[in-house]
Amino acid sequence: MTETPTVRVRGLRKTYGDTVAVAGLDLDVGAGEVVALLGPNGAGKTTTIEILEGHRHRDAGEVSVLGHDPNRADLDWRARIGIVTQDSGDLGELTVWESVSHFARYYPRPRDPAQVIELVGLTGKATTRVRTLSGGQRRRLDVALGIVGRPRLLFLDEPTTGFDPRARRRFWDLIRQLAGAGGCTILLSTHYLQEAEALADRVAVIAGGRIVADATPAALVGRATARTVVRWADGRQETDDPAALIATLTSRYGGAVPDLTVSRPSLEDVYLDLIGDVS
Amino acid sequence: MTATVLPGTPRRPSTVRLGLHRATIELKGFFRERDAVAFTFAMPAVILALLGSIFEGVHPGSDVTSAQYLAPSMIAAGVASTTFVNLGTGIAADRDDGTLRRLRGAPMPPSAYFIGKILMALVVTVGETVLLLGIAVVAFDLSLPTDPVRWLTFGWVFLLGATACALTGIAASNLAGSARSAGAVMNLPYLVLAFISGVFYTPVGQLPQPLLTVGSVFPLKWMAQGFRSVFLPDSILTQEVVLSWEHGRIALVLAAWCVGGTVLCLTTFRWQGRRFR
Repeated sequence: MTETPTVRVRGLRKTYGDTVAVAGLDLDVGAGEVVALLGPNGAGKTTTIEILEGHRHRDAGEVSVLGHDPNRADLDWRARIGIVTQDSGDLGELTVWESVSHFARYYPRPRDPAQVIELVGLTGKATTRVRTLSGGQRRRLDVALGIVGRPRLLFLDEPTTGFDPRARRRFWDLIRQLAGAGGCTILLSTHYLQEAEALADRVAVIAGGRIVADATPAALVGRATARTVVRWADGRQETDDPAALIATLTSRYGGAVPDLTVSRPSLEDVYLDLIGDVS
Repeated sequence: MTATVLPGTPRRPSTVRLGLHRATIELKGFFRERDAVAFTFAMPAVILALLGSIFEGVHPGSDVTSAQYLAPSMIAAGVASTTFVNLGTGIAADRDDGTLRRLRGAPMPPSAYFIGKILMALVVTVGETVLLLGIAVVAFDLSLPTDPVRWLTFGWVFLLGATACALTGIAASNLAGSARSAGAVMNLPYLVLAFISGVFYTPVGQLPQPLLTVGSVFPLKWMAQGFRSVFLPDSILTQEVVLSWEHGRIALVLAAWCVGGTVLCLTTFRWQGRRFR
């Protein structure tokens, strides 16, 4: 296997009028990887993904997706990527089955529509008109249409926004299946930390149009352990080695330390810290 | 260009086949939206029925009644309505609701989308035309021609006219900023054209010269003239602008709009809504 990344972005920039949406973004996604682009609303997630999908032109920077510049990509390139965008409202009068089997026709080597519908858990809704689906079912149909062409790379733009916790868990299972057995490279954007942690091999934290951290979820949490905060009645200290500090305190108080708390910042704290630096 | 298709590598399906599939999907989408179907078909039919009942008298030098004179012109206006207005508003909606964005993200040749839209419009237009002819025959005693040459004329005027209006409608969909404004945006040019093409204001020869000149630039005037030549006797020619049905010129103008419409579609078509500019 060659080590050419599936997605390679260097110095990507995009402005809308006076607003800088993406300000020099670098990102690599390796073959078979699941990467989460994590950031608050307005951080540049959707703009970045739309540029990678070839839906938007960039102002500057290098972009290569499956070895091609998305701006100049042809239909053969399109056949190898899958796109799940935010808030679609199309296909209303068609049924789930009609939609999936119609989109299967565009691809040279599509998945079996019935299997795709089953995979996203819509078999019971196959003959239902799309406009009568619930928000979560609609999102799963979007995923079905995104994967029916057997893409090598799948873009998911905030796929679970507005889901209830149960629906979100089910959706995560589906994405894991695609990445695992399906062998699909996935770039997903989300503003849910939990989602990034649950799904991604790597989390790229985006804020103010730049990547401010790029690491495995575990490494991001690991970064947090360096700054464990120990609080007690008369003081507060940040430390790399809370056990040693507590031992010192215990001997100083000659027993129990009054009002002792030890707090390890959660991934959320790290994240808020990271994006707080920018915004 | 060298096409390197490895043996056993499946190829993407052809544009024509995908265009036919698009047409099926478009037709399903269209006919399942009941209220849209009802109003799309009703609009020209109601206008024909109303104006046909209001206009009175027989045109001098012939036995053609005002309602019979109106009918073929109204069929042309019906064609413009189910192609130009229908496609213009439909594509503005496709741009708004994400249809175009999703298709752009799939390996679909753009022309497959246009083929699907035009075929859908042609099928709907055939239905509309049958409806209008039915009303004209039943309510206004229009007699259908028996001469096959006249039906041949009907065929090519219909095909060229409907295609020209469909292509122009696809191009004009760019003028609508959103699905909500599309109805108003498409209907103004349609109604103005129907007026200056001598559809509502009959006979066409009575139109003031400046309006007639402007109307002659657009396909509706010529399509209406072509249909009158099919359904009306030559004794009515005195009511036309010139003393001839001008078939050659009709074909030329309609074909020119087909070519111009295609160029406009290919050069100005926007796949994305205003949000994306």
